This record gives sequence, C-alpha cells and structure tokens, in this order.
Amino acid sequence: MAKQYETVIGLEVHVELATKTKIFCGCSTAFGGEPNTHTCPVCTGMPGSLPVLNKQVVEYAVAVGLATNCKITQYCKFDRKNYFYPDNPQNYQISQLYLPICRDGGVEIELENGEKKTIGIHEIHMEEDAGKLIHDEWGENSLVDFNRSGVPLIEIVSEPDMRSAEEVIAYLDKLRIIIQYLGASDCKLQEGSMRADVNLSVREAGASEFGTRTEMKNLNSFKAIARAIEAEKNRQIDLIESGEAVIQETRRWDDNKEYSYAMRSKEDAQDYRYFPEPDLVPVEISDQWLEEIRAKQPEFRTQKLERYEREYHIPEYDAKIITESKKMADLFEETVAICSNPKKVSNWLMVETMRLLKEHDMEPEEIRFTPDNLAKLINLVDGGTINSSVAKQVFEQMFEYNTDPEAYVEEKGLKMDSDEDGLKKIVEEVIASNPQSVEDYRSGKEKAIGFLVGQTMKATKGKANPGMINKLLKELL
Amino acid sequence: MELMKLTAVETGKKIKAGEISVEDAVNAAFEQIETVEKDVNAYVTVLEKACVLEKAKEIQKKIDSGELTGPLAGVPVAIKDNMCTEGILTTCSSKILSNFKPAYTSEAVLNLEKAGAVIIGKTNMDEFAMGSTTETSAYGATKNPWNFEHVPGGSSGGSCAAVAAEECSCALGSDTGGSIRQPSSFCGVTGLKPTYGTVSRYGLIAYGSSLDQIGPVAKDVTDCAVILETIASYDQKDSTSVKREEYDFTSALKEDVKGLKIGIPKGYFGDGLDEDVRKAVLEAAKVLEKKGAVLEEFDLGLVDYAIPAYYVIASAEASSNLARFDGVKYGFRTEEFRGLHNMYKKTRSEGFGAEVKRRIMLGSFVLSSGYFDAYYLKALRTKALIKKEFDRAFETYDLILGPAAPTTAPKLGESLSDPIKMYLGDIYTISVNLAGLPGISIPCGTDKKGLPIGLQLIGNCFEEKTMIQAAYTFEQSRSYEGPKMVQR
Repeated sequence: MAKQYETVIGLEVHVELATKTKIFCGCSTAFGGEPNTHTCPVCTGMPGSLPVLNKQVVEYAVAVGLATNCKITQYCKFDRKNYFYPDNPQNYQISQLYLPICRDGGVEIELENGEKKTIGIHEIHMEEDAGKLIHDEWGENSLVDFNRSGVPLIEIVSEPDMRSAEEVIAYLDKLRIIIQYLGASDCKLQEGSMRADVNLSVREAGASEFGTRTEMKNLNSFKAIARAIEAEKNRQIDLIESGEAVIQETRRWDDNKEYSYAMRSKEDAQDYRYFPEPDLVPVEISDQWLEEIRAKQPEFRTQKLERYEREYHIPEYDAKIITESKKMADLFEETVAICSNPKKVSNWLMVETMRLLKEHDMEPEEIRFTPDNLAKLINLVDGGTINSSVAKQVFEQMFEYNTDPEAYVEEKGLKMDSDEDGLKKIVEEVIASNPQSVEDYRSGKEKAIGFLVGQTMKATKGKANPGMINKLLKELL
Repeated sequence: MELMKLTAVETGKKIKAGEISVEDAVNAAFEQIETVEKDVNAYVTVLEKACVLEKAKEIQKKIDSGELTGPLAGVPVAIKDNMCTEGILTTCSSKILSNFKPAYTSEAVLNLEKAGAVIIGKTNMDEFAMGSTTETSAYGATKNPWNFEHVPGGSSGGSCAAVAAEECSCALGSDTGGSIRQPSSFCGVTGLKPTYGTVSRYGLIAYGSSLDQIGPVAKDVTDCAVILETIASYDQKDSTSVKREEYDFTSALKEDVKGLKIGIPKGYFGDGLDEDVRKAVLEAAKVLEKKGAVLEEFDLGLVDYAIPAYYVIASAEASSNLARFDGVKYGFRTEEFRGLHNMYKKTRSEGFGAEVKRRIMLGSFVLSSGYFDAYYLKALRTKALIKKEFDRAFETYDLILGPAAPTTAPKLGESLSDPIKMYLGDIYTISVNLAGLPGISIPCGTDKKGLPIGLQLIGNCFEEKTMIQAAYTFEQSRSYEGPKMVQR
C-alpha cells in the first residue's frame, strides 16, 4: 500500500501598508511616477542621511496585531539586516528581528466543510521595501528605481499550522479581509501589495518530526499558490519515494510553466549579520497609545456576520458576500439605516452591484454611488413611482455617475404610468396590430401574453405599470 | 596674516565693529593657506577663492543690514570632510568617495552657515574617521604644525592642524572615540565633544552611529562654547537627537571653580602614560585646585575594557554603515569588472584603504552568526557597565580630569605598523563616547620636544556648562600659544 503523506505549510506574508509617506522619510508611496522621483537622500541611501520612523506604520502594525490576537511588544526595536543587492541602497534593510512589534497571535479560518481551525501567528514585524531593478534586455546594464525603496511593509509570519492549499487560501483571505477592514493595505496579490512566501514540507502521516522544508517565492495569485503547493508537495513526495533527500532551499515558482526552480540552497544561505539599528531609538508604545489604537478598531467581519443575521435577518450567504469588503458592508449598513429594508438593499448589492462591478472590472472599494441614492432608488420602486425595469436603468446611471435617482426620474420622465384609461387605449392598439399572438394566446399558448406585455411596455417606453398591463390584457383578450 | 592670530570670536567682533571686512578675513585665511598648506596638508579641498569671496560679500551685506548679528558672522571656518556640503566634494578622505558631491548639507554645517560663518574648505582626516593619526587618508597625511615630522593626531587631524596653523579661524570635527580631543591635544588647540544627541548627525557620514558626535575645534574655550551654541540643535531628521532644556553654553564662560568637585581616576595615570604628560596634567589640576576646586583621586572601574568594547561596537556599526559604498549609486567604481559581484569586490578592494578594510572585516566578524553573542552583545553589555561606572562617579564629582592622550604626537609612520598600539592610545577618550558624555581637551603645556599636551575634562551627560566653566577658568592661567614652526 502506498504511504500516506501529510503536507505542513507555514506562510510569510508581506503586506504593503497604505501610508501616504514612506516608513523612514517623507517621500510619497504613490504608485507610478517617473523612476526615482519619489526619492530623497534617505530612501536612496545617500551618505549621512538618517531614518525617522513614520508613526502611522506603528499604528497599522499594532492594529493588525490586535486584530490577529497578537501580543503587542510595547518596547520594540529595529534591527539591520545586512546583504548586498543593488535594489537596496544602503545594502542593509531596516527590519525587526529581536523585538518584533507583535508576537504569538492567531486567526480562525473556516473550511468549505464548515470545519474551523486556528492558524497561529508567530510574529509580525515592520520593515522597509526595496527599490526595483530594471534589466536592459539587449544592453549590459541594469537600472534601479528607488520609488518603492522605503515603502512600509509588515511581514506576518505564521506557525507551520496549515495542511493544504485550501487552508492556506482561507488563511490568506482571512488576513486580507482583516487588513482591508483596517484600511491598513489594499492587499492585492496581483499588484504585489500582498505577497506570500510558502514554506512547505511533507512527512509521513502520523510522524512527529517535520520534514525538510523549502521556501517558494513569486506567487502572485491564489490560483498560483494552490498550483505551487500541489506541485511542490508532489515534488517532495517523489524525492522521498525515490530515496532522495529534500534540500532546504528557496525556490521560485513559474506559474506559466507550472514549475519551480531552486534559487539558492541553505549552503549558500547568507549570514545577514543582524544587529540593533543604531540610527533609530526604540519604539515605546504606551498603554494609552495602545488603547487609542484599540478603540479605533472597526467591527470585523466575524462580528458583522453574527449581527447581520440577528439584526437584519438576511441569509448567511448574502451576509458573507456583503461583508467580504468593508466598503460593501458599510454601504449596506448605511443604506439600511435610511430605508429600513435590509432584504432589498442586500438584493441590489448582491445582484446588480456585483454584476456591474464584474462588467467594469472594478473592486467594491471603487463604488461611487452613495447610500443615500441607493435608498432613494429603493423607495422609488417601493412607492410605485417607477417599475423594476426602469429601476435597473436608473441604477446603471447611478452606478456610473452617482446620479440622484429622484432628480433623474423626474428629468427623464420615467415615472410609472398607471393611468388605466390611457393604458387601455395602448393595449387595444397592441392587440389590434398583433393578431397572431392574440390567436396563439386564445388557443392556449399562455406564453404569448409575455410578448404582448413586452410590446405594450415598448409602446410606453418601459414606463407602464406591468401589473396593470397584465390585468388589462387578460380582460381584453 | 596677523588677522589669523585672532580667535573666531575676536575676528567676528572686529567684523561687526567694521574694523575689518568679511573679505579681509577670508583673504587672510587664503593667504595663510597659500603659505603653509603645502607643508601642513590640512585640507582635502580648499574652495575656489573667488566663490568664497563672493559669499563673503553676501554675508558682509547681511551684517551691514543687521540681518546677521551673531558672533560667527563673517568668520572663515573649515569643515571636516565627513560632513556633507551641498555641491562641494565630500570624500571622508577616501578614494571611494573621491568624486562625491552631496545633494544636501549636513544640519550642523547648515547651522553654522545660518550664523554667517564662511566655509573655506574641507579638512583632511583618517579615512572614514578610522585612525588616530590622519595618516590613513587617501590624500596624504596631515603634518603637525608644531613639528612637520609628527602626526597631528586623528581622525580630525586636518581640522585641528588647520586651526593650529591658522589656516581658518575655527573648524568642525567629529569624535567617535576621541577624534576631536586627541588631535586637539596633539596640535595644541581646544576641542570639545558634546553629549551624544546634542549636535545633529544628519549629514555626518557615519562611522559608528551610536558613538559619532560633531563638535568644535578652536583656539580657545570661548570659541568652542560659541560654536557649540551655534551648531547644537534638536533635529527631527536625526532620531537620536535630544531635545535639550537649553542650548546656552556661553553663559558658562566664567572664571569660577570654587567648590567644584573634580575626580581624578587613578587608572588614568598608570603604565603607558608619558612622564611629561603626567606632569603637565597634574600641574593643570593643581591650577584648578588653587582656584578653589576640590580634587580627589578615585577608582574608575572598567578602564581596561573600554578599548575592546569600543573596537567591537564601532567596527560592527562601520561594517554596516560602509556597505552602501558599492560603486552602484555614487562615488568611485572600478574600471573593469565582470558582473555585479566582481564589480562590488573590485570597487571596494580598490576604493577602501587598509585600516578601513581591517575594521569592516572585524565588524563583519563580530556580527556573524555564532560570534554575535560572544563579541557584539558582550561589548554592548560592557558599554552599559561603563556608563554605570561613570554614573557612579558623577554622584560624587562634578567633573573628571585626566590626560587627553597618553603621549604627545608620535612621528609620522610610527603608528600604522602596530594598530593595537595605536588603538591603545585612545584609552582616555574612548570611554567618554561609550558613555555618551561630553569631553573637552585644552592645551596645558608642552613636552621636552616642544609638542603640545592636552588636559581632558569630562562632564556628566548634558553638563557641558560645568565642563566649559572649569576649562575656561583653567585657560585664564595661561595664554594661547601657537606652533612656532609656522609662525612668521
């Protein structure tokens, strides 16, 4: 019988923080910009320049730590990690080794089968990002752009608690939603504002010792992560089965080829010669500061899910989708506060909003319409001022330009037509000019009435009260 | 050239009184440079005279209009070549920065410029401030103006020699393990190292970040107090900068040491101390006693541990601080190379001198995994214990008195062959940096060969005023004497 193997996975997740300025200088963190324009003596490693810590970085790191149940190191320090590479202007990175800002936390993940599991967080530390190398493909030169140099990062190091790609993705998603709720980062894997390195080893089921692990880099999507985990697990099992040893090394995943290759092994692993950063003073987080950050923590998804069920009585499925993003959840709650119709608000968000987001390839954060306008639209439908097909048309307008629906309906004359005498005349005309359908209906083809309703709507430019048309048609036929 | 005999404050007064112009002062400095610089080699860069005279005119206007009223307005100053000066070559006396012109000016120099001081040049130093003789400079050794066969000390040897040889009115130096006080002692000038955090390090090219501090080099205590008052500031760009309660140092320029308790560490007068130095320093102590100070010998612990702790900490920091000099972004890059790593290796092999390489290797070693605890952490613990020893001493004494260096200036070429011996010469100055304390070296005589001897006073943290007052009081007992060899 073939041996059973267990996969053991730990993650190192880098998250780019959403501060306006860099971690150790006042330069902008904005994306884009001509190369080396968001730079100064500090983030280009000019001789004599000195780092000054951006307090917002500490606040975000503490907020993430609190949200992931970590212990906050109220007296923490920065250390230098020494290594030579041209994207790193000082040839050392300011990071944290000995006293990281958060330790010993964990988050609960929920799997497809409803099972819950806690993934431990070993530590979270603050550090600076490096610049970017641009290699000239034809010439012999490489160029370096320091615009990203000094952009603040936190590195979240998990315990080796995950056993499958599903758990890894559930964990990453949990982190992503927590951090987005905090506004600490937009956490986009594709754009690199969230990066995950996967440490993976396999062992025989039931073994107590861990196997030799490898570290996988360059994973730019959840799909790539799942594929890389599967491939690496199989690669290691194949090695073991054929009597070869797994080598502790860093590997780079090529998602196009669905293959990874070794970047460097432990033998040539560098000695980073960490030591306390003498240019910065220790960070002291007072009880008061800690409490201030704690007080600013938002209501997270887990709490929202419970409350939505209790307070709004919307289906769990809807609640889950709405709370995926804080923007969506806020929009939901604010709209409900105005129009007191949770189910209708949820429907607009679940159906039309989701459809248009997908069509426009937009994130919920980019939604432009206000809760106020969505509430007005719902009230217009509820009050019988417009019918549902007009409502969709108005919604599209609102989605695009945040148009006030009341003003728009007024301006475009979209109010529902419920004038029975007027509609009766139109219905009569429709019947007169569509003898075939009338014939079909009368001979028992119930569906034919749909065509006649459509024709009437067309004749009224979609404004007719659909219930009334149905009633009139049935009467006249 | 008579003008150059004046102190910086005297020069400033004459300018303010309209007796001389800023241009006169600048011309006098240049004239002296033209006469003696070929023998002294105090400068790496002397600025273009025409440019400096242009600047002098601007400053003169501001003085005339009443915009500049400070004591240093119009005074010609020299800056150690490890402080960044915008658009002006800043080499750290290293080949690796042979073409480096910074894009910004260091905070301390900016403060001097705001006060109207006129920069005339950048002074020679031991490469990256590593050395005690100014012989490790890539631009040739500086000579001691008292005797050209002797070194000026280091690493601020250029600044001290320039002041002694009257090639500027005063200068800025930097002190990591005695680099202001020891060459001041060797050159017969006054040099002050402030409490760590008093003068911004922003723009000072780091050697040992936790120990480096900029300070004044001048002819007398008054100049030092005035310069310190000018350059000291709380600077948000330097996280280790300290917001002090006051930045007044000149009010301490009073002749009064009555009742001042001065401790004399017995360990500072043991083996290895030159007899002439011992005599001169103890005589200086007696002068202070006569003026009312209370002297007492005491045991300062851990004196012997300061040097090893210092060389571990400073080298460790230096190995990391100097990593940025790699030929990628600025400075020297080797001409021929194959690939990135070869470029790094060749650039750094060719760009750094022997002493710098020695300390980078030492520093990299003590930070390596497996050695970090045994060397670096132990050195940090030693540093903390040394600080405690001083704290204990300052519970009893207002000041500590000793020599600035165990000998007078050695001959050129005698020191580099035996680095350990050279390192041991820092014994009286190094612990002051480890403890972050202020220290001052003031001339207190000469040895049999006619070379100057320096008296060192050490204050408690932030107690520069006590130190300045005692130094000023001592100074009143003698008149300033410049070196004979360059005197006309």
